[in-house]
Amino acid sequence: MARVVGGLTTSHIPAIGNAVPREKELVNDPYWKPFFAAYPPARAWLQKMNPDVAVVIYNDHGLNFFLDKMPTFAIGAAARYENADEGWGIPKTPPYQGDPELSWHIIESLVADEFDITSCQEMLVDHGFTVPMSLFWPGNSYGGIKTVPVCINTVQHPLPSPLRCFKLGQAIGRAIESYPKDLKVVVLGTGGMSHQLDGERAGFINKKFDLLCLDKIVNEPEFLTKYSIHELVREAGAQGAEFILWLAMRGVLHGHVTKIHSSYHIAVSNTATGLLVLENAA
Amino acid sequence: MSLITHHEVPIPGTYMFDGRAAMKGYALNKMCYSFNNAENRAEFKKDEDAYCTKYGLNDEQRKAIHERNVLAMIHAGGCIYYLAKFAGIFGLNVQEIGAQQTGMTLEAFRQKLKDQGE
Repeated sequence: MARVVGGLTTSHIPAIGNAVPREKELVNDPYWKPFFAAYPPARAWLQKMNPDVAVVIYNDHGLNFFLDKMPTFAIGAAARYENADEGWGIPKTPPYQGDPELSWHIIESLVADEFDITSCQEMLVDHGFTVPMSLFWPGNSYGGIKTVPVCINTVQHPLPSPLRCFKLGQAIGRAIESYPKDLKVVVLGTGGMSHQLDGERAGFINKKFDLLCLDKIVNEPEFLTKYSIHELVREAGAQGAEFILWLAMRGVLHGHVTKIHSSYHIAVSNTATGLLVLENAA
Repeated sequence: MSLITHHEVPIPGTYMFDGRAAMKGYALNKMCYSFNNAENRAEFKKDEDAYCTKYGLNDEQRKAIHERNVLAMIHAGGCIYYLAKFAGIFGLNVQEIGAQQTGMTLEAFRQKLKDQGE
């Protein structure tokens, strides 16, 4: 049977997409050092776990989806996913291998579990997906791993609640662990932490709330599922609501997890960055 | 009983991009979405007015685009994820957009970000 070995979360700021090809040089740059220095332990853990598949829970920022059709939950069911020009010049990444058989298993299982999903046989993946892949597989060395993109709407309100996203994660976890193939699956939750790009409150960051989230998500995620989207926007900023993607990741894991590594840094671009590595209980 | 939360206490300086805003800003956001494509960016740069007409922007939206005024674009229904693609045409990053919206210098805005880490 397939098994979820653990979960990783990381911020996916576009500026990182520009920086990541120059990591070797920037790791000694005062601006980037505290950010990049946090990643080697996460990569070492991934190498040790050697997963076959990455389920990547992210948000599209207007590359694949527009307001004409805006699914709340969309899952890729393609053999291959491409990145493309997002309009402001981060380098395009090499394509990603899909796992359509596992994708359809997850989609079928979720619908049976009362999560009505938009399935996508063509799907462009943007920086919400590509930046974490480049961070965790340096040099874009993700050729050997298959991916299942899970896209959650954070563009247009109403957004699904933290509780709903956590439950979606739990349902994805049940789906994966009922898949008959012996696969090791890692789950990524991307985005966050607190940030706000728009309005007179642009530049808002909330360290206290971020540290609370980093702490509670490990052993007490239910605490965080009690927030409404409105409260999350108030505490984490308009785009800090991306934390729902972290909660979806956490839902995929079992109740008990071991924290392998975490890091927090203010700021890259306008965003407080967070990194978390959780190993799933066997 | 309704769980819809239109009557939540507003968060100062924060705009919820909801269905109402998405309807109001549809043309503006659609134009900005088109800037994913390099040819469209070039076409816009060549003749901004003609490009705005092509996408059916209203006067408020055209004025905001003309003036490069991000807050005015948001008031006209713009969604920051699409507006960022417009800003990208001029090489503006999110810190520069943030400084503009908060009426700060870029340096002061960067300092504000940094100070929140203390």
